[in-house]
Amino acid sequence: MQIKRITTSLPASILQYLIIVGLIIYAAYSGSQTMGYNWQWSRVPQYIYEIEDGVFVWKEIPRGMVGTIILSAISFIIAIGIGLALALLRLSDLIVGRALSITLLEIIRNIPIIVLLYVCYYIFGRVFDLDRYAASVLCLSLYSGVQISEIIRAGINAVPKGQWEASSSIGMSKAQAYRYIIIPQSIRLIIPPMTGEAVQMIRNSAIVSVIAVLELTTAGRNIISDTYMSFEIWFTVAAVYLVFTLILSIFVSGVERRFATQT
Amino acid sequence: MNQKEAVIELQGLNKFYDKFQALKDVDLTVKSGERMVICGPSGSGKSTLIRCVNRLEEHSSGRLTVNGYELNEDTKNIREIRQNVGMVFQQFNLFPHLTVLENLTIGPKRVRKLSNAEAEKLARNYLERVHIPEQADKYPSQLSGGQQQRVAIARSLCMEPEILLFDEPTSALDPEMINEVLDVMVELAESGITMVCVTHEMGFARKVADTMVFMEDGEIVETAPPEKFFTNPDSDRCRAFLDQILDH
Repeated sequence: MQIKRITTSLPASILQYLIIVGLIIYAAYSGSQTMGYNWQWSRVPQYIYEIEDGVFVWKEIPRGMVGTIILSAISFIIAIGIGLALALLRLSDLIVGRALSITLLEIIRNIPIIVLLYVCYYIFGRVFDLDRYAASVLCLSLYSGVQISEIIRAGINAVPKGQWEASSSIGMSKAQAYRYIIIPQSIRLIIPPMTGEAVQMIRNSAIVSVIAVLELTTAGRNIISDTYMSFEIWFTVAAVYLVFTLILSIFVSGVERRFATQT
Repeated sequence: MNQKEAVIELQGLNKFYDKFQALKDVDLTVKSGERMVICGPSGSGKSTLIRCVNRLEEHSSGRLTVNGYELNEDTKNIREIRQNVGMVFQQFNLFPHLTVLENLTIGPKRVRKLSNAEAEKLARNYLERVHIPEQADKYPSQLSGGQQQRVAIARSLCMEPEILLFDEPTSALDPEMINEVLDVMVELAESGITMVCVTHEMGFARKVADTMVFMEDGEIVETAPPEKFFTNPDSDRCRAFLDQILDH
């Protein structure tokens, strides 16, 4: 008991954490030593910001980050729409609707996202005349939309059947029951797993760098092909992703707490 | 009584769940203003029967008319019919994300398209009638079972239905809360609304029922006025059932 109390205390935890992080850094460092890697961290800041003629200017990496945020945000909003539509189709009485929803879900969920991106860009892109950006948004929102549809479906199914019966017994249509009774009760169950989806979306958005849509990963690639500073740039890019997704997680756990306390 | 028009009519009604037959060739007529109590052992089809009346269950065959409209696959009129047929559930089924007042106003506002002010006036009026006006701003989870069921009754009343169905309204309640709900139901019965009530509360039945119905195995075994029903029923099965529940 005594030992356990010491090892789980706050200072001990921080110490353990620092030792593990230190080991990882040491491993990376010694690995690069044996490769004879030439660290050039001092050249990284010029890709973050620059002072040109006394004026502060954001450079490639922050611009890439803004690109990632915009791309992810647009795709996520569309993904919610797709998810809601697929979930409602799946739960509807329409046999064709249900079949369509299940087919789409199973296909998209079971192919690698890069294949979906190629399909969106090289096939749908040609057929519907989509540019790179539109194809990327289509790919990301489809990929995330099917996951969201499952989250929404689970949330809706978790609402007791009596709620439907009570809604119909006061003469509500199915649409009214969804809107005023069922969806508001599902939201609390849907929000937490949606956070995970938002984080996934930001990470998945890196895939569009293969068709050279400008976002954070593309920016990283471009810098590396100019400078050969693979380690420095990828670490920086990873840190930016990490900071961004962590902020998102913290924000959403705040939202979750608000939903949990109000009943 | 006899001159009054029939508001619910069942003719040869059958209901199957796969192979199991929950209702067998049921005929029943409820007249306007009638107060009918349906009793019988569990699994006898009582709940199925009243759930068919507002089409929460779809009957398999036979004819079912409510207020002159036949209920069938053509569901266009079902929402209008449901507005006229209130339902009170065993498990209350209040909307947990809405306050008591919002539970009451949502139907009038969204379905009957009343203004906020009208809906609220209506809701407060009916909360008064079920004796809990002071609970308007609470959420259902903050109320006792008896209070929740009274809110559920008020919610049905806010649609101003002509017929009110009760599906074992006191079965999920703690014993000390049963009377507060029954009192409200007795007051309602006196108001002249048509009531069809599935319940085992025989004291309540004696007090308010015009007609008693006994069901067993999906069939209506006995239909009689309460004086006859409780003292001298025709069927042995009904007598045996009454002996069992009245002894306690």
